[in-house]
Amino acid sequence: MMGPEAPSGLDPPLPSESSASLPLTSSSPSSSIYHSTVSSNPLLFPSSSSFSSSSSFIDPPSYADAVFRPVEPQNGRNSTSRSSTASSRSGRASTSDYLEITVTDPRKENDYGTSLVPGGSVYFTYHITTRVRVTATAFSVRRRFRDFVTLADRLAESYRGCFIPLRPDKSVVESQVMQKQEFVEHRREALEKYLQRLAAHPVVGRSEELRVFLQEQGKLPLMPTTDVASRMLDGAVRLPWQLFGDRAYGSSAPQEVVQPARGGRDLLRMFKELKQSVSNDWGGTKPLVVEEDKEFLERKERTQELTLQLNATSEQAEELVKAQHDIGETMGELGLALIKLIKLENDEAVHVSQRVGAADTKIVATAAVKASRFYRELNSQTIKHLQETLHEYMGLMLSIRNAFSERSDALLTLQTLLSDLASLHARTERLEAASARVFGRDESRIQRLEEIKKTIIVTEDAKECASREYEKIKENNRNEFERFDKERQDDFLSMLRGLAINQAGYFEKIADVWGTVANETRHYA
Amino acid sequence: MFREGILDYKLLLHAYTDTFIIVLHLWERAGRLCNREFNRLNGIYDCPYFTSTVVQAAKSGSLKQSYIAFRWISKTKTNIPEYQGQEKIVIRRYSDFVWLRNRLADKFKGIFIPPLPEKSAVEKFRFSAEFIELRRQALDVFINRVASHPELRRSEDLRIFLQEDEETMERARSQENGIFKKKPSEFMQIFKDVQSKVSDVVLGKEKPVEETSPEYEKLKHYIFELEDHLSEAQKQAFRLVKRHRELGQSLSDFGKATKLLGVCEGETLGKAFSELGSKLELMSLKLHKEAQNLLMNFEEPLKDYVRAVQSIKVTMMDRANAFKQHYELAETVRLKEINLDKLTLIRSDRAGEAEIEFRELRGESEEATAKYETIAKLMNEELLRFQEQKTAELGLVFHEFAKGQAKLSNEIADAWRSLLPKLGTTSQLAIM
Repeated sequence: MMGPEAPSGLDPPLPSESSASLPLTSSSPSSSIYHSTVSSNPLLFPSSSSFSSSSSFIDPPSYADAVFRPVEPQNGRNSTSRSSTASSRSGRASTSDYLEITVTDPRKENDYGTSLVPGGSVYFTYHITTRVRVTATAFSVRRRFRDFVTLADRLAESYRGCFIPLRPDKSVVESQVMQKQEFVEHRREALEKYLQRLAAHPVVGRSEELRVFLQEQGKLPLMPTTDVASRMLDGAVRLPWQLFGDRAYGSSAPQEVVQPARGGRDLLRMFKELKQSVSNDWGGTKPLVVEEDKEFLERKERTQELTLQLNATSEQAEELVKAQHDIGETMGELGLALIKLIKLENDEAVHVSQRVGAADTKIVATAAVKASRFYRELNSQTIKHLQETLHEYMGLMLSIRNAFSERSDALLTLQTLLSDLASLHARTERLEAASARVFGRDESRIQRLEEIKKTIIVTEDAKECASREYEKIKENNRNEFERFDKERQDDFLSMLRGLAINQAGYFEKIADVWGTVANETRHYA
Repeated sequence: MFREGILDYKLLLHAYTDTFIIVLHLWERAGRLCNREFNRLNGIYDCPYFTSTVVQAAKSGSLKQSYIAFRWISKTKTNIPEYQGQEKIVIRRYSDFVWLRNRLADKFKGIFIPPLPEKSAVEKFRFSAEFIELRRQALDVFINRVASHPELRRSEDLRIFLQEDEETMERARSQENGIFKKKPSEFMQIFKDVQSKVSDVVLGKEKPVEETSPEYEKLKHYIFELEDHLSEAQKQAFRLVKRHRELGQSLSDFGKATKLLGVCEGETLGKAFSELGSKLELMSLKLHKEAQNLLMNFEEPLKDYVRAVQSIKVTMMDRANAFKQHYELAETVRLKEINLDKLTLIRSDRAGEAEIEFRELRGESEEATAKYETIAKLMNEELLRFQEQKTAELGLVFHEFAKGQAKLSNEIADAWRSLLPKLGTTSQLAIM
């Protein structure tokens, strides 16, 4: 319960200018690891930011810092920790391998070799610093956006079914825009958040891909993703061999079924799976394996509902932010209008009462300006707490949707292979039945039987792979859901807590300001 | 005795033909101004105080024109000898107020006549409670200001307004219409004005006749600037009212959305979210209430002072006219005197006639000069009075504003704080 700290905590926070970057002076020293810095603007704040996104909750209200002692790093998920705002996020963060990841120093570079355009194209690289928890060492690498895309793609392949954080958009814009300061800064911020989220993920954060990305100097040792066109081209080249049944060149390794067919090089497989999905939807027979997991289906439905509500809440949050902004603005303008009035009275006073009135009006005017500033600060906090969390979760919904589609893709692959097998077996039976009726040996038939048997073996292999993959994905889904459920509840509560503390704090300050004015003008009543 | 102002609303509803009559009582505060009046008048009069009420009368006119004409009840309690009886209730229309004001403006040049609320031809058809109350408040303030002004309160027109029955009122009003308003001499003046204007143009001396003393220049500048700044402040106050409402609305909507979000979440969170929702609803209500309060007690008084300054400008115009008259007549008299001397010298038989004319004109000129000087003197007194009143009244307005904001902010802060124990972590909530 928050009881003990609550009264003491609601003291006016420290001066607003530095409130965002205040170390937690009233709190224990171990908390200094978590700088309450804003990672967004390297111009205002040092670029090293607290890696866990929990920093956004213990952030200004350095006021909240007075209320809550942030959780000790060792205590991870200690639920009796009194810091509810920090516990949910920092708890998770502290189980990650990486202590801190920062992305800084965007630099323009030229790319001469690979481009078809003469003169080379310009791109930006980013400096990434990583501090590893266990070994307390730090690494530095330089990567470009294309490397991030590669990382994201490889992770997506390796961890199908997990709720993998989405990478920043590719944004197809003009090269002019690409080079603008604003755009680059925005991208830098987004990349930093992306890496931090990846690191915070219990599975992905420990992946080899991420480690390699963060630590290996020089060229990124991950297989780059070829573009869709090239893949299609490859697939089209192979197709004829596949159709002729040339096993040497035409068949695919069983392991390839581990990846979804779409966007792959195997056009034949794509066609087959397409056929299967049509048959699933409109064909008469039920496929051999279906999605039966009730729990999953239920969760899927709830997730869809959640997405809707999240969007609605986010919309209303924006309205709230706008309303807070407006009232602050108007209050400020009222103050300025009064100041003009005061100046007039003071400059051109003829009667004593004018100066008296002006002096008292000044108290009101300065209060209005002060209140206006508080509204503004409150609003920027609200944006951080409220909108950031909501946006993050909306992004997470997309990750979940991806995980769902991986699952259904894998299922489709499995179904296709099973259908394949079924039809191969059927053919075997027919051939065997036919050859039993014929007298003597039918060489062609026997040869065909042999071929089919070999195909069956290969397909069985593939089926095993696909089945394993499907199960793996299902398992990932399940685990992720459990994690998601728990974290979500904590995060939402945390978000609302932060909001409540903020609002209470700032409105208290505003009330004080006006209370003083009311007091000083009570002789009018 | 003067009474400290207290607001005491009694609402009576009873049917009257097809509509209902809302009767509100209001005791006007007689306060400090009355005290000063009391001293000044050496206790001859008791401080008159007036109450003003609103009646929404039955529709007048045929079925085709179904609109509501507002009638206002003015209840006067006084012990001024000229006024018969202690208490009198009359029913007046807005145009009656306008009549009264015009009469006062006519007869009391130099005095800042208290302003009336705007005419607003459109809003009355919508007869929102807000509009009624704002107008009622403004009319009430008007009557009380007139009644507490040492000069204005002595006006016979005021007495008619406050005491006479509707018939007499009708008669008094109709006398003012059209050309009967103007006396013949005024016609002459208009004619002369046109003449002099023409001759000025012809002779090429279009110089405007204005009094220019550095003090008066300063005053004019001050008044114009004052109107600007007050207007600006009033505009911002009006916007502030809107912002309060908007914030209230957005909090309420946000609450509803989070409530739905909570429904997705199940038991523990759902409860917390619904608590949040109801607190947000509460805050929203408070914001709407404060918006209403701001409209009545912050924006309206500022608007009222803008009108008051505009009234000052009217007086300044009167002064300018009076000055012009005085100046021109003085000039004419001077010329006439020269002419007369000339005629007398040459022993013209027109001298006698000229002499009569001259004397007449001089009389008029002296009258005009006196008139101008009265206005100027009154204005000085009025300015002092105005400034003191402004400081006191606006000071109170600001004080109440600050009080209202402090109260609102505290209530909102409290509401948020009360939510904190309900927004613990899931494990904490589970324990609860």
